[in-house]
Amino acid sequence: MIRIEGLTKRFGARTVLDGIDLEIAPGERIVVIGPSGTGKSTLLRCLNFLDRPDAGRIVLGDLVVDAARATRRQILALRRRTAFVFQNYALFANRTARQNITEALTVVKRLPQAEADARADATLAEIGLADRGDAYPAALSGGQQQRVGIGRAMALDAELMLVDEPTSALDPEWVGEVLELLGRVAAHRQTMLIVTHEMQFAREIADRVLFMDGGRIVEQGPPEALFETPRDPRLQAFLRRVA
Amino acid sequence: MVVDLEYMAGLFPVILSYAPLTLAMATIAMAIALVLAIALAVVRVLRVPVLDRLVAVFISFFRGTPLLVQLFLFYYGLPQVVSAFRAIDGVTAAVTGLTLHFAAYMAESIRGAILGIDRSQWEAGASVGMTQVQLMRRIVLPQAARVAAPTLLNYFIDMIKSTSLAFTLGVTEMMGAAQKEAAGSFRYLEAFLVVALIYWAIVEALSFVQRRMEVRLGRAFAR
Repeated sequence: MIRIEGLTKRFGARTVLDGIDLEIAPGERIVVIGPSGTGKSTLLRCLNFLDRPDAGRIVLGDLVVDAARATRRQILALRRRTAFVFQNYALFANRTARQNITEALTVVKRLPQAEADARADATLAEIGLADRGDAYPAALSGGQQQRVGIGRAMALDAELMLVDEPTSALDPEWVGEVLELLGRVAAHRQTMLIVTHEMQFAREIADRVLFMDGGRIVEQGPPEALFETPRDPRLQAFLRRVA
Repeated sequence: MVVDLEYMAGLFPVILSYAPLTLAMATIAMAIALVLAIALAVVRVLRVPVLDRLVAVFISFFRGTPLLVQLFLFYYGLPQVVSAFRAIDGVTAAVTGLTLHFAAYMAESIRGAILGIDRSQWEAGASVGMTQVQLMRRIVLPQAARVAAPTLLNYFIDMIKSTSLAFTLGVTEMMGAAQKEAAGSFRYLEAFLVVALIYWAIVEALSFVQRRMEVRLGRAFAR
């Protein structure tokens, strides 16, 4: 069980996350939607301390992190039990596709190189890039880079995968392959929190959809309920705009 | 005859026999300076408390004063107050001075290169749970090396030429040897021309290595 309590983040005078409470069940796939600048990405980034939250608690199994008093050790522990997929892929530019996957396995998880390589090869096959393992990121298409980014996260066997607008930086031609891959990750009941503007994708894979506005979760529920019978006027307006 | 070519030809092997000392001083100073500069740059980038301030002062001093003044301070100045420095010979003093002076410059270049690495690289490393040290060593520094390499090799070239200042500390390296030869023959033009040509040849050879190295470091970024 993952529990987030009162997570708050301010940038200067602006409150970007206004006390987020959220429980995530093991294997639950949650999609976060909402207008731009409402704190969706900040929520994900705060959960991994890429942005440091100002207040609140993050409970991940036996790990309890108090945002205001988080130690370096706690932050590392949190990051080692979660995985992050970035909007701009953020692959290690000096590492090949295979090395991007093995890097954390050998350096952070201390797996033997052979074992890490075996896992990377299995992952490369799964993301459809078995023949591109030795390619550096600069030689890969945007879609391929993002698939490696997802593969890197998959190989970590994380308790929670955080996926931040995975297709927003992609040319339209690559969006399909990335969503297809994420759909397969979701099908394995990987616990995940995905921020996306792809509403159809959200409907297909989400157990629960959160609608955020103004740094708060305004409405949440199963995708059918949220998309078919939205109650909050802000959600209704948002859905009309993106439809 | 203005230039005595025959005398020059005879001088080449004499001066060249001191090239190993010149190159040894430059190489040793460069190797230590590089390690020191990386450490200084990392301290500054990570804003390590207290050390950060000390490093800033160190860099400020060694960039802010002439190398010749620093060498004189080490060799002639410090032994007057610290007896331990009296045992230091000219070569050691020169290598020490070159090391500290160039480390200060190189630290700033490396710091600039590190700061130029895209934020996404730091975040990716952090997101998989790497420590700051792991991130630096495996992701950031290798990428910064590629950015800083041309500048650092320029400093090495500068370093090789700056070893000629060791002659002012009584070291007979290439410049010192040329000075001695010229003092005997009064053929200053020939002697210093020979030294100039040898330095030039060494630097050209290095520039060739530099181009090869840049191709190798750029491997990951070829499309």
